[in-house]
Amino acid sequence: MLRYTVRRLAYSLPVLVIASFILFWAVRATFDPLAKLRQSTDPGAVRRQTELLGLDRSAPEQYLLWMKAFVTGDWGTSTRTSGAVMPMIGSALEVTLQLMFWGVLFASVIALGIGIYSAARQYSAGDYVLTGLSYVGIAMPAFWLGLVLIQLLAVWPRQQFGLSEPPLYFVGLHSVGESGINLDYFRHLALPVVTLTIGLVASWSRFTRTSMLEALAGDYVRTARAKGVPRRRILFRHALRNALAPFVTVVALDSAALVGGLVVTEQIYAIPGMGRLFLSSILAGDVFVLIPWMLVVAVAVIVFNLLADVAYALLDPRVALR
Amino acid sequence: MNDSAAPRIAASTTSTVPSPTPAKPAPAKDKPRRRIVLERFLRHRLAVVGLVILSALAIACFGAHWIAPYPHNRQDLLLGAQQPSSAHWLGTDALGRDYLSELLFAGQVSLAVGICVALLSTVVGTAVGAIAGFAGGWADEVIMRVTDLFLIVPAIAVLALALQALGPSPVTIVLVLSALGWTMIARVVRSQVLTLRNKEFIQAARVIGASNARIVVRHLLPNLTGVIAVNVSLAVASAIILESTTSFLGFGIQPPQSSWGNMLSQAAGLIGTSQAYLLYVPGLAILITVLAVNFVGDGLRDAFDPQGRQ
Repeated sequence: MLRYTVRRLAYSLPVLVIASFILFWAVRATFDPLAKLRQSTDPGAVRRQTELLGLDRSAPEQYLLWMKAFVTGDWGTSTRTSGAVMPMIGSALEVTLQLMFWGVLFASVIALGIGIYSAARQYSAGDYVLTGLSYVGIAMPAFWLGLVLIQLLAVWPRQQFGLSEPPLYFVGLHSVGESGINLDYFRHLALPVVTLTIGLVASWSRFTRTSMLEALAGDYVRTARAKGVPRRRILFRHALRNALAPFVTVVALDSAALVGGLVVTEQIYAIPGMGRLFLSSILAGDVFVLIPWMLVVAVAVIVFNLLADVAYALLDPRVALR
Repeated sequence: MNDSAAPRIAASTTSTVPSPTPAKPAPAKDKPRRRIVLERFLRHRLAVVGLVILSALAIACFGAHWIAPYPHNRQDLLLGAQQPSSAHWLGTDALGRDYLSELLFAGQVSLAVGICVALLSTVVGTAVGAIAGFAGGWADEVIMRVTDLFLIVPAIAVLALALQALGPSPVTIVLVLSALGWTMIARVVRSQVLTLRNKEFIQAARVIGASNARIVVRHLLPNLTGVIAVNVSLAVASAIILESTTSFLGFGIQPPQSSWGNMLSQAAGLIGTSQAYLLYVPGLAILITVLAVNFVGDGLRDAFDPQGRQ
């Protein structure tokens, strides 16, 4: 297992290097890192910065220079906020991971519940209703769902009942002057997490239903039935145990896409995570944030992919990682 | 898939049945495959409903020039924002534009982008996937590593970056979305080609002396019709959602041009006002379109499934 992990990580290094070079080149070709300085009244400013960043050298040379600084922990400063890039991305990542944690936690529990119910009572009225709802959930754009939830769960009740503040907040993670995990935090987190959860549940519950049905059609389930194993035990001990491995893989793979993919949810609810950092950086042409941002996201994807494979091997002893 | 094969089999089975009039056409149960697929599709009720809804939407949007109650972008600033009435079924926006008319004209862009992206990415993805699977070797290796690259970078980030670089217009949006979307179908087609290329009928074609191009186009691709058709529907759905998302974020279709996505981003400002209902209109349009496309996709999957019961 350990050897496999190390080998996989080593294997993904060349992919990362190529990806980072392409991204580096694409971002640099799109944006001028000196755009802000060009408006400066100091005539030497552009020249000094050009030399400092090595912008007069060839693209591969610039890339190597940047890579060297990146690996040693010098990620540069943002042209938008003039702050250091590394802590910026660090705090954004922390926020996004919090959002992901709650969303993935609720979504996995609910999706498993729905999937098991739908598979156990296939073609029942409940199954049809849940399947229909999941179709709607899949077809719904996340940004629209977010806006509708703000209108229905925050703004409308406040107007209707004449409250001084909405029951659920929809801006940021904390009110001014609040911090830590408390009621205020959860009142801020509720709407973004619900938005995220609905989208995830829609696709994960379909997936669980399919893999549970597949497991329930297996020969070992028929054997267990013939032996007189109680229905509940067959469902949870025999079928679920086998349906769980592919489910965990899908959860890990989809979570990977969330690290840099929560742009819309974070934008709607003004949550200072990775997605929002990306949007404000790209609008400001902030080269020094964009390139490390993409690399961090790419690394996260690779790590989650690896986790998916390791989890599969742990849950399904027939799979051997070599 | 090969339509010429079906009548030949039909003829041989009918000849074993003693019949007073051998010149009669083959019995109805020996149908060409195209008929079977069509009939299976029509039996999928939701798929038919989806197709009807999609056709109605397409006619209403692309025929908006004749159907819409008001011309595109007709402003009436004195009228301003109005609640729904008999003159304006969905009311008007702050500029006094009839919302129903705007919705139909915006639908032209959303639907056209969805369809163009699906077709373009399917053509490119199918070609690349077929080459990778059939040629194998270094071509396969290079193509697969490129699709790996697409997996590790978030789509929305590439989309925003590329549109920032190329400038937002419907054409660049189609190109960028297709550039992102082709890898999916390429992977599917490649794996299908890999399983098919060692089958007997391909070897037979090779023995006869068919060229590689002929084998791929005449023998492999017709066997992938189902996979490709399903993928087109999936691609339409995801392209419509992605286009509306980028337009909502401000990288996509720019005013005065409108799509359902940027109509929604304008409606977002109306939350909490008496016009908040305008939020639901373009969103429901997207929801219904994508839902209908997905139903059609399910119908196609069942219709083409070779293991499916007839």
